[in-house]
Amino acid sequence: MTEIGLSHYLAVAAILFTIGVFGIFVNRKNVIILLMSVELLLLAVNINLVAFSSFLGDLAGQVFAMFVLTVAAAEAAVGLAILVVFFRNRGDISVEGVNLMKG
Amino acid sequence: MLQVITFYALATVTVLSAFFVVAARNPVRSVMWLILAFFSAAGLFVLLGAEFLAMLLIVVYVGAVAVLFLFVVMMLDVDFTELKQGFLSYLPFGGLVAVVLVAELIMVGNAWVDANVVATNSATATPEGLSNVEALGMLLYDDYAYFFQTAGLVLLVAMIGAIVLTLQHKPHVKRQNIAEQVGRDRKTAVTMHDVKSGEGLGE
Repeated sequence: MTEIGLSHYLAVAAILFTIGVFGIFVNRKNVIILLMSVELLLLAVNINLVAFSSFLGDLAGQVFAMFVLTVAAAEAAVGLAILVVFFRNRGDISVEGVNLMKG
Repeated sequence: MLQVITFYALATVTVLSAFFVVAARNPVRSVMWLILAFFSAAGLFVLLGAEFLAMLLIVVYVGAVAVLFLFVVMMLDVDFTELKQGFLSYLPFGGLVAVVLVAELIMVGNAWVDANVVATNSATATPEGLSNVEALGMLLYDDYAYFFQTAGLVLLVAMIGAIVLTLQHKPHVKRQNIAEQVGRDRKTAVTMHDVKSGEGLGE
């Protein structure tokens, strides 16, 4: 307890990842929260990458965390754009109605 | 000692705010909790010695992504009370999966730490005497230059995709046609009239 090791960071990342997965399970009606849950998942992955990079003394992990960050930003932009188009077409943002969007 | 206290404070705030992101009733509050989670995670990064990524996290996530979320949440006129329906019905199953998942992940992490793997063939060892930003920059622009450019390409594609998806062409809105404007020449734009004095143009 007196010294913070790698396992502490891994535990935080694990809890964060789990909350992200839990959010995807629970918020079926709200795509915005779903996208935020995905951001939480990616944040957990980033914490893992940076923690390993720091404790193993290998900088490549931080570079990869940066690329994950890039992809997360791109994913949020495209996801929100799709969400806006979806809302224009249907008038709500429930995931359960997505399968009606055919043709 | 101070480091330990800081770690536990930041970790607690990160996890709690992440939970409230998922559980909050109002999406605007969710975004606020998300910003708090990112800030505390950035604090954790600073503790780990990754200052550049911490700053990047704040700039990119809080400055761009969270604000984008906020824009969209406020732009969409959604009935937010209705959105939380089904929360309770999915709660038991989601909770079960979550508990199993967190137990597994922490177990794997602890086992890995316990196995005491030493990075003998570190691909890119942290250089001595360089700050985090310098070392990261050397690595990024030398070894990972192509990946860096590919990341830029990903962002470009995402930007074009977002614009293409959300662009609307309304038929009754007048638009500027640059090609038509530039394509005008003297022959089509100017006509000469021989006007008799005192009669005006008529028409």
